Amino acid sequence: MMEITLQHYMILSIVLFAIGLIGVMRRKNLLMLFFATEILLNAVNIAFAAIGSYYGDMTGQMFAFFIIAIAASEVAVGLGLLVLWYKRTGKIDLDAMTSMRG
Amino acid sequence: MEAIAFYTFAILTTVMFLITVLTSHALYALSALAAGMIFISAFFFLLGADFLGAIQIIVYTGAVMALYSFGMMFFDTTRDVVEKRTSPQLIFGLSGLAALMVVAIFTAPIISGNITALYPAIDGVGNSQMVGMVLFTKYLIPFEVAAIMLLVAMIAGIVLAGKKMDHSLTLMKDEVECTNEEKEQV
Repeated sequence: MMEITLQHYMILSIVLFAIGLIGVMRRKNLLMLFFATEILLNAVNIAFAAIGSYYGDMTGQMFAFFIIAIAASEVAVGLGLLVLWYKRTGKIDLDAMTSMRG
Repeated sequence: MEAIAFYTFAILTTVMFLITVLTSHALYALSALAAGMIFISAFFFLLGADFLGAIQIIVYTGAVMALYSFGMMFFDTTRDVVEKRTSPQLIFGLSGLAALMVVAIFTAPIISGNITALYPAIDGVGNSQMVGMVLFTKYLIPFEVAAIMLLVAMIAGIVLAGKKMDHSLTLMKDEVECTNEEKEQV
């Protein structure tokens, strides 16, 4: 049986990151954009854990922990803002948020 | 055995995240994202990061997904999600960035041959114990800062999505007055 090396995990991380990028590019609903952002963060987490395990180091796992903490707080604040915006305007599309006319 | 587990969970995770990204139904996207999060924790268990896998399940599928589910009660989820027609320049730029990232990731092991472990795992010490030892000695200040950040995020979430937001937010009050003035002017 083929051995699983670091490259396998890196390729998996790239694939998941690309999926998240596709989601960021094609979505207009802001909630779906949040989902794509979660996918991006998880792909990076896999890469951190894999590199840390490959070098026998704990730093990768530490950074993954902090990324998880940041993702949790991002969801709390972002979802609060989203609920507020939806209560005020009734829609969460990105096109409806162009209020600055830049 | 490890290869079988890796490929199985890799395919499952990729399929789940593709469903999340490509579906036009918000509830399918939420369910597929939760499933993908659980499957990702399998990679952490495979890599020997047991504590990280448990945290992944608890935080992502326990807290983040529950938060999204509660948040989706406010939104109209039965309606199909409209997709974006982005400009080709943006897609070109992001694709170029992604390709550059792939090249960087593949060439990174070449230049990183002299990397040594900063905090190497000790033999005979479990993963959770090792995480505690490193987290509470070398990463104590980032840990505390992360705790303060979570507290700030919690208070922000309560203030933003709380019930009496019409009275507690001065920003909203200003804007309401502004729109009233605009209506009067019109």
